[in-house]
Parts: sequence; structure tokens; C-alpha cells
Amino acid sequence: MALLSVSDINVYYGAIHAIKGVSFEVNEGEVVTLIGANGAGKSTTLKTISGLLHPKTGGVEFQEKSLLGVKPHKIVEMGLAHVPEGRRVFLQMSVEENLEMGAYTRPGSEVDPGLEKVYAQFPRLKERRKQTAGTLSGGEQQMLAMGRALMSSPRLLMLDEPSMGLAPILVDQIFDIIQSLHKAGTTILLVEQNAQMALSVADRGYVLETGKIVTSGTGAELLNDESVKKAYLGG
Amino acid sequence: MFSTIVSQVINGLQSGSIYALVALGYSMVYGIILLLNFAHGDIIMVGAYVVWYSMSNLGLHPVVSMLLAIIACTLLGMLIEKLAYTPLRSAPRLSLLITAIGVSFLLENGFQLIFGAGAQTVPTLVSGPSLSLGSVTVSFPAMLTLVVSILSMAALTFLVQKTKLGKAMRAVSEDMGAAQLMGISLNRTISFTFAVGSALAGIGSVLYLCAYPQASPTMGSMLGLKAFVAAVLGGIGSIPGAMVGGFAIGLAEALVSAAGLSVWKDGVVFAILIVVLLVKPTGLLGKPIVEKV
Repeated sequence: MALLSVSDINVYYGAIHAIKGVSFEVNEGEVVTLIGANGAGKSTTLKTISGLLHPKTGGVEFQEKSLLGVKPHKIVEMGLAHVPEGRRVFLQMSVEENLEMGAYTRPGSEVDPGLEKVYAQFPRLKERRKQTAGTLSGGEQQMLAMGRALMSSPRLLMLDEPSMGLAPILVDQIFDIIQSLHKAGTTILLVEQNAQMALSVADRGYVLETGKIVTSGTGAELLNDESVKKAYLGG
Repeated sequence: MFSTIVSQVINGLQSGSIYALVALGYSMVYGIILLLNFAHGDIIMVGAYVVWYSMSNLGLHPVVSMLLAIIACTLLGMLIEKLAYTPLRSAPRLSLLITAIGVSFLLENGFQLIFGAGAQTVPTLVSGPSLSLGSVTVSFPAMLTLVVSILSMAALTFLVQKTKLGKAMRAVSEDMGAAQLMGISLNRTISFTFAVGSALAGIGSVLYLCAYPQASPTMGSMLGLKAFVAAVLGGIGSIPGAMVGGFAIGLAEALVSAAGLSVWKDGVVFAILIVVLLVKPTGLLGKPIVEKV
């Protein structure tokens, strides 16, 4: 049984039919990626899973429980963490306060061990723990956003465009982190425009085009797929 | 001359600390749901009626009556949020604003209907020795007001900076969507913000009665408006700003009175509002408005 299963969801923004019958699964321990162009519906799909948007029809199940109608903060409690597009760290709060907010649903006794784990993964954040998040660089903010999500000890981590707006060297760094999280057993659902990078770390991938899944396969299969190459990997 | 100025400054600090307590409620609520809660001033009025009713009609001890008033204000603030504002969470901001004005009218006219338009005299709440500093005397209510307000503001600062709920409040006011993704309940956090803001208004209300022992249906509107000016002057949404703004407005009023122009007192306050809005609309400590890209 899949950890997360999305079945035939249809999501609308007013009259606009943004997601048209999307279905996919994420199994325990996998890195699964959704790739596609801007506006294909990748972020909308993640927002629907985390309860910020509601599908008109279809189902979302996490650990065999339906997420339909569950409030976003309850979904976090169930073990699903979502790092939103654009990082959305709390700029006026300190690095450590941001991380504490990530552990909001956890008992107080888990905060300090959680901080230690995140600081071990991201030593840069430890150096800057007293600084406000607004003073961090884009790459550091992305690390903070990921660290913050990990503070809730999620069963599934959803990352929305973690490489967006970062210099190539930082993009490499972020993907190294994703790989090391994968090795440590974290299940990840990764949304990316950088298809090359995403497919090279993913076990499986789905290609989303204007609200529909058009192709799916293992990371390697999609990297070698002619139509995927043409559309997303620069020929 | 000197002693007149000093005693006016003390008066200014006394009323200023009450403005600050009330301004905090405006600023906190604005910070979290971008609503100018024009019913906030009327909560003070309700608090005053609770004190008057419990003392004059129920014969309760002043301290008990004052505590009851603070509790009543807290619950009323939460109730208004649940009944009037929660259903409009995703409505345009103008609808919220108009609803707030509606709640204000409802409270003022409701109390006028029940208790009449005239003012009710509140019995003496506190008495104690005054403090003599040379030719200047500081009354007991003035000292009490300053001490209680400063303690309340220190407690609020601790709450917002150090506690889990306070941090959640800051997170929600910065980014509601991201706060939800942390597992923070919006309903609970917003309700808590109204509770704290209204409790401060309740404290402001009983301190106000220590100086001006009268309850009338419209007493909250002028006090509320001045506290609103204080919140704008300090930078709406900013907690330290509301404190600074409150004291500044109180002192400005007192100094205008000291200059023998006490009829201009209210005018000066609203002139300050106009100048702030023209020159520095973000206020003294407010953050510049950042356009989201």
C-alpha cells in the first residue's frame, strides 16, 4: 500500500480547471518527482495534498487515511510536511524560531533533539541561528525551509521548486541534501522545473502538462525518453 | 511653571499608558488579519459598564468588579471575532471593516437601549496615598495606572517573544499560509490574539475608570479613536510602536493642555494622524510595506 496516493483529482481555481484527473502514488522510502513547465499544475497538486486547496472530485489518501476535508494544520500533524514554493520562511523571525515553528505540532521535548539533527545536517544554519531569516541568502533560506519542515519529523516531505532562483553551485548543494535525506530513509515528493536534476535523484517521476499526467516512469527511463528530452531536457 | 509642566507630563503618561494598552489591541489584530477593528474601543465601554453594574447593582468589591470587567472584555473580544469576523475570513477586507463598524454601532446602541443614554457614575475604585515630589504630587490612581500598564506591556512582550503561542502569532501575522503548513491552527491563533488584545482593552478600561469614574454608551468611541491614532503613529501592526504611540499621544495632549490650549486637545491628536498619514504612513516603528513578487 502506498504511503501517499492521489486518485483522479480535479481542482479548479474559480472557473479554471487547473488539475484534470491526476493520479499518482508515492511509496515509503521513495523519491518521486513531478516535473513540468510553469503553470502545469505542479504546485497546485502539492497544495491540494496539504489541504490548502480542495479538489472538486477525486481522493487523496495518506497512510490509508483520506485527507479530504482535513485542515492543513491537522495534515502536518499526521506527518506530511510541505516546503512551499518560494521558501516562505518567516523573515522577521530568527533562524532558530523558524525551526521551532517547524516543530509546532511536536511535543516540547522533541524540539532540542530536532534542532541538533537539523544543525548537524545544515551547519550553516547553526552559525546563523540568532539572525533573522531575512538576513539569509537565498540558498540559506532554502536550507532553513527544508530544515524547518524536517523539524516535524515527517513521514513524507514535499518540496516545491527547491532550486528556484538559486545559483548553480547552490542547486547542486540542495540536490546533495535531497540525496542524503533519501539515503537516510526520508520519503520525498519533489516538484521541479529543473527536470534534469530532479530525474537524476528520483526513483520515479511523473510528467505533468496543463493539468494532466502525460508520461511516467523511473527516473532513468524518463531521462532517456525522447519526448521528455525534447520538452524538458533541452533536446 | 516647572511644576505645572511636570504634573502635566505625569497626566500625559497616565492617559498615554491607557492609550497604549488600547492601541496594542488595534495593532495586534491589524497585524494578524489586516483588520482595523473599530469595535475595539467599544469593548472599553462594555468593561466600564461591567464595573459599574457589579459595584452599584450587585454590590461586589471593586477589585472583584475590575477582574470581572477584564474577563468580560476578553470573552467579548473572542465572541465578536467568532461571530462577526471568522465567517468573513476570505471576504474582501472592506467587508470586514464595515462589519467592524457595524459591531461598534451595535454595542453602542445596544447599551444605550439597555442602560439609557446618560452616564452612570462609578463608585471610587481605588484609593491610597499620593506621592509628593517637591511641589508636584502624583495621585495614587496615576501611579497605579503607570505600574499596571508597564507590567502588562512587559508581560505581553514576554508572551509574544518567548512563548510558543506568541511565536505562532508572529508567524501567522507574517505569512498565514506558511504558518498553516507548520501545523499552526489559524482559528486558535487568531482567537488568542483577540483575547489578548481585548484583555488589554479591559485593563485599559478599569484604569480609565480610576481617573474618570463614569460609564456611558459612547465613551469608547473617542478613547478608541485616539488609541487608533496612537497605533497608526507608532506603526500599525507593530507592538512596540503601539506602546510608543500611546505614550506620545498622551504626552501631546497633556502638553497642549499645559500650554493653556486644552480645547484644542482632540484637534491636536487628529492633526497628528493627518500629518503621520501624509509624511510617514508606516508610522514611527512600522515596517515599510513590501510588495510581494
